[in-house]
Amino acid sequence: MRLRRGATPYLLGLPAGLWLGIFFVVPIVTVLSVSLQTGNPDTGYALTWNFSIFGTVINQYHTELLRSFEYGLISTVIALVICYPMAYWIAFHGGRHKSTYLFLILLPFFVSFVIRTLSWQFILSDRGIVLGNLKSWGIIPSSLHVLSTPFAVIAGLTYNALPFMALPLYVALEKIDRRVVQAANDLYASPRATFTRVIVPLSSAGIFAGILLVFVTNVGDYVNAAILGGPGTTMIGNVIETSYLENLDYPTASALSSILMAAMLLIIWLYARTFGTQAVEEAVT
Amino acid sequence: MSAVDAPAPAVAPRRVRVRTRGGARRLILPVYTWLVLLFTAIPIAVMIAYSFNQAPSGRLTFHWTGFTTQWYQQVFDISDLTSALVHSLEVALASTVISVLIGTPLALALARYRFRGRGAADAVIFTDIAAPEVVVGASLLSLFISLGVSRGLVTIVIAHVAFSVVFVVVVVRARVQGLDRSIEKAAYDLGAGPWVTFQKITLPLILPGIVAGALLAFAMSIDDFIITEFVAGQTLTFPLWVYGAVKVGIPPQVFVMGTLIFVVGIALAIINAVLQRRAPA
Repeated sequence: MRLRRGATPYLLGLPAGLWLGIFFVVPIVTVLSVSLQTGNPDTGYALTWNFSIFGTVINQYHTELLRSFEYGLISTVIALVICYPMAYWIAFHGGRHKSTYLFLILLPFFVSFVIRTLSWQFILSDRGIVLGNLKSWGIIPSSLHVLSTPFAVIAGLTYNALPFMALPLYVALEKIDRRVVQAANDLYASPRATFTRVIVPLSSAGIFAGILLVFVTNVGDYVNAAILGGPGTTMIGNVIETSYLENLDYPTASALSSILMAAMLLIIWLYARTFGTQAVEEAVT
Repeated sequence: MSAVDAPAPAVAPRRVRVRTRGGARRLILPVYTWLVLLFTAIPIAVMIAYSFNQAPSGRLTFHWTGFTTQWYQQVFDISDLTSALVHSLEVALASTVISVLIGTPLALALARYRFRGRGAADAVIFTDIAAPEVVVGASLLSLFISLGVSRGLVTIVIAHVAFSVVFVVVVVRARVQGLDRSIEKAAYDLGAGPWVTFQKITLPLILPGIVAGALLAFAMSIDDFIITEFVAGQTLTFPLWVYGAVKVGIPPQVFVMGTLIFVVGIALAIINAVLQRRAPA
């Protein structure tokens, strides 16, 4: 990198900087101010520094908040367990076909997120191609339902998370110097020891990057709960969506998004401080 | 269910010496990988299959009623669905162009210069990638409400640029950092000015990065649902239309369009991969 000062970098960065400042940074501050307003959709809202709203919404929606974190955590762990062996095999034994495997991992991205989730509704429905047939053959009891259960929502969240988890894992595993693994072998490390004490620690950047991307996305998701879930699986995103777009209850909605955002920013900040931003950005490129 | 019950396949790292062991163990991981890949393809297969379902009522049911290509001939028959798709394409095109135009200079600045505010820019970019969509969408809606901005195509484009520009920046920056600076130095030594050098040397060299960033931005835009729903007002894009139709029943045309987008996307990705391979790095 050449050390040059002067106006050039600012001029180059200005348009995008302004855009991100006005339409990303400022809104995050605005949402907090809207949550401190009182009023109703008909008479309008005024800023009254109504801090009690946070206590009120936490009281009212703590079930949904906790449920979002629970679903987010479970789906993240399952996605990690599913993806790690696959990413490992592709990175270490994919040979010439690595990029083909990666392409197959990314295949779901070529189908709209809403349609993918809708597809699962077709698969998991009582009369759908899987359950419908299994039931008519008498393999599973006809009283078994999958849609509208937490299982369906978590399955959908996990499915949609797979590429986001697999990609950073693959990037990290791929970067491991094979000679280090060879050295562990030469020093009589058992396969298990090589794996747990060499490969896993060396791929930890990818593990944490995957966890961050998937957990943050899934805690805030409401599409899976809306399409695959039922009344008992409402997540915090669903509450924010209905308060904003249907009930026009802006203070409640923005108080909830402020809480969610504060929690997520804390996680993102802790992550960036501990691990740096490289692993996540490499997974993107 | 708990995470503990999740399938934890034997993570037996195969080593050099594993060759002397039986063949069955060597197959565990490849077979497992292919099973996961097949699993990820299931919803895609379902989408394609149901786009050929007869669906006599014009709404897809979970029942398979027979094969037809009727919906492919009538793909544009639902006018508001078609206009939603057109909106999606317009938004994706506009936001991609803007993202590339403003993202590429920022990527150059971040890759080439050290300046006050670099750290802040990095932090904003990282937060933008990692932030949950519902919060980004809700915050932006709050801003528009506070300012009294009416929602529509313009606000959708604004929002889409705000999330896709960072992907352009990250992809292009990686490309710029990988450049061999001596080629540019040679151009300077041969008397080319900064602008000519950029035009004739730098731009062609980083073009693959710009194309990749643009494709990523386009794909993210056309697929976005959550942020769009918050800032769209009464305007519908393709994902919004589909989401709204879930409760009343999905017409087969939705899966036809999904299948067509899938096929075009795959074709573009393959063409891009071939071109990138041919272009010297």
